[in-house]
Amino acid sequence: MKPLSRDALARMVALHLPDEGFVNLGIGAPTHVADYLPSSSGVMLHSENGVLNVGPKPPEGEEDWDLINAGKMPISLKRGGSYFDSSLSFAMMRGGHLDVAVLGAFQVSRNGDLANWTTGDNGSPPGIGGAIDLAVGAKSIWVMMDHTTKDGRPRIVERCGYSLTARKVVTRIFTNLAILDVTENGLAMDALLEGATVAGLQNLTEAPLLTPGKLRTIKQDGTVVP
Amino acid sequence: MRNVVVRDAEAAVKDIKDGHTVMVGGFGGAGLPKGVITAVLDAGVRELVVISNNAGSSDDDLSLWFGAGIVRKIICSYPRNAQQFAEQYRAGTVELELVPQGTLVERIRAGGAGLGGFLSPVGVGTVFADGKEKIAAQGREFILELPLRADFTFIKGNLADSLGNITYNKSARNHCAVMATAGDTVAVEVDRIVDVGELDPENIVTPCIFVDRVFTRSR
Repeated sequence: MKPLSRDALARMVALHLPDEGFVNLGIGAPTHVADYLPSSSGVMLHSENGVLNVGPKPPEGEEDWDLINAGKMPISLKRGGSYFDSSLSFAMMRGGHLDVAVLGAFQVSRNGDLANWTTGDNGSPPGIGGAIDLAVGAKSIWVMMDHTTKDGRPRIVERCGYSLTARKVVTRIFTNLAILDVTENGLAMDALLEGATVAGLQNLTEAPLLTPGKLRTIKQDGTVVP
Repeated sequence: MRNVVVRDAEAAVKDIKDGHTVMVGGFGGAGLPKGVITAVLDAGVRELVVISNNAGSSDDDLSLWFGAGIVRKIICSYPRNAQQFAEQYRAGTVELELVPQGTLVERIRAGGAGLGGFLSPVGVGTVFADGKEKIAAQGREFILELPLRADFTFIKGNLADSLGNITYNKSARNHCAVMATAGDTVAVEVDRIVDVGELDPENIVTPCIFVDRVFTRSR
């Protein structure tokens, strides 16, 4: 059983976003989700530096460096898009106007605590940016990440060892092995990668997993079937 | 009639002094007034406190100020990929106040709007609450965040008229429109200066009441 590729994980997240939802994709891997959004979905992407209805990267040579995303890469604007200042942009974020924010993470705890900012150990400068505002303000916070660290240690833990971005905010976790919902009772499994087992997943997860009656199956291409 | 147009970047930074607090607009390169960067260096000031989103990441931005060692402290949200800053930071020669991006702009907004601060849920239960006053309201915990103002605000606009009305280009508006409200002296670098009456009043984002100096970049 091979874990989902980065592309397949992005597709899996994209296929779950609500139609016509207002969505912010965090920098890094989450930005990649945009490549797999069906055009029929009507999802409108928000970028915290002041853009609503973000379109794809422009063709080479047509970049406008006054039109960039939160990762400071050139973007385009879709029809019906708009520009606004940072204060209004963060009002959208903090004020609960975004339906979903998809963020990367170092660790997520059983109760939805999120650790995803670079604290700047080893003398390098820290950076927080706007992830913390998203984590507090969006209606749903989805995390997408590898299920474990590169050396196989769990990222889904009882309590985060890293400095927190926000407490009790994550609602859903998409990994390269599973989809988990953060519930009042704990982490509930929603879907599991084809070929993986519940016991095997629990082995790679520090926090205990709840298994509901119906578990969906994740295919290698990132689609999910009942 | 009022006319705030000045000759160049050098005139736009006139009277900046050692120890001043300086706001610099921009998110990455968008909205960054690049002409001001070199003019401040040429002015020979030191010990600046800088308020900006980033801490420079290329060879024509705030990196030049850190390279020249003229910044005492920076208040920003994302000083990553900032080599010159990182060197000073590691050497302990520059102070960093790290602020969440939304909190940063809202503190500036509060400063420009004459408010004593605001109650934010962002950072509650994290290190970003350390040393700040906690206030409970409507059954929820908040952090008291204090306003930010500056001696000088330097931002980048698209068009200006000679009165000082400003429009912006796309996502280059970012922090600039809010920073324009919170400086004692506000200088705006623009692409073009047009006649009064040419700007559609519906498109003016920063009304001239906030603006003291306007210039176009000549170098």
